[in-house]
Amino acid sequence: MPAPRVSLPAADLARIVVFAAFIAVLGIFPGIYFGASGVPVVIQNAGPLLAGVLLGARRGTAAVVLFLALTAIGLPLLSGGRGGLAPFVGPSGGFLFGWILSALVAGLIVSRAAKPNLPVIGLATLAGLLADYLIGIPFLGAYIGDLGAAAVQSLVFVPGDLGKVAATALIAAVVHRALPGTLPRTASSR
Amino acid sequence: MTPLGLYEPGGSVLHRAPAGPKLLAVVALAAAVVVLDSPWWLGGLLTAVLAGYVVARVPRRRWWPLVRTLVIVSIVVFAVQWWLLGAMTAATVCLRLVTALAAASLFTLTTRVDDVVSTVERAVGPLQRFGVRPEMVGLLVGLTVQAIATLSGIAGEVRAAAKARGADRSPTAFVVPFLVRTLRHADQLGEALAARGTGDR
Repeated sequence: MPAPRVSLPAADLARIVVFAAFIAVLGIFPGIYFGASGVPVVIQNAGPLLAGVLLGARRGTAAVVLFLALTAIGLPLLSGGRGGLAPFVGPSGGFLFGWILSALVAGLIVSRAAKPNLPVIGLATLAGLLADYLIGIPFLGAYIGDLGAAAVQSLVFVPGDLGKVAATALIAAVVHRALPGTLPRTASSR
Repeated sequence: MTPLGLYEPGGSVLHRAPAGPKLLAVVALAAAVVVLDSPWWLGGLLTAVLAGYVVARVPRRRWWPLVRTLVIVSIVVFAVQWWLLGAMTAATVCLRLVTALAAASLFTLTTRVDDVVSTVERAVGPLQRFGVRPEMVGLLVGLTVQAIATLSGIAGEVRAAAKARGADRSPTAFVVPFLVRTLRHADQLGEALAARGTGDR
């Protein structure tokens, strides 16, 4: 087609579907149980950040929602082969729901910026991580009946998560350079 | 529809119960567990959930790993909670955790993925007038499951290629090509869907 490629619904649908699958494949890497709350450290939680930064807010969020929905209906897509409803009602369930806000926040920041360079992407992924904490920690707090204790318990994840955020930003910046234009930050703000 | 579900076949009342009400029951129970503070109520709910496992005749090879996980998580959670907030709170938190996780796992063990999909399709039926198309639910599930298989294959190839270059230690040598090929695959799938008229509105 000679006409400039418009963002077709079919193309959007495909991106959403394939990125939901991408997050699932990230879960093949083994999770490490660490700390006191039974929340595993995984690289899968870089998936929602990548979805937001690479697909934009709307499609990135949709990809995360689709991934979580497939997990909830009983597919073992979370790292370590976990799935079903249990991870969502467990103490770390809030961090899963938080992925939705993560992708949304990261996507909004990247699509608002003039150019998706490394500082912008770094800011977006960091804000995405904080968005996840914003849902996850109060959820854990409701579970154990003490928000402060929940925040203290979650501190053990901060160093690892910051490392993942930095790596995610570097990777996303390289991918943005490798595929300029195919990652439409303008269309994503639609 | 998919072999990778966590469903355990059976013929009990719980297996035959419709997915929608069963799902609502689990959600209600999870909410109750978080709201309730009395260990007696929580213990009662847990007993009810355990009775569900007996009724559903969940085989040992399915419940044993679950028990192991719950025991390990409970011990760790109990120890920390005891230290931070006292023994009574620690026991309540552990009861909550075990009850909610056991109930949610029971739902997943006794409910087919297909049944959940068709329940969701029926549930979003009334939203049709707002442009939601129920048949998209099943399509999305099927497409994503297929994409997972494709991407797993791509991940294997990319990893082998990184190894061949001696770059198997570098995370970017794996993740960047994997992401680029993932997005290319998305473009191809998009064109295939457009050619079949899917997604046109």
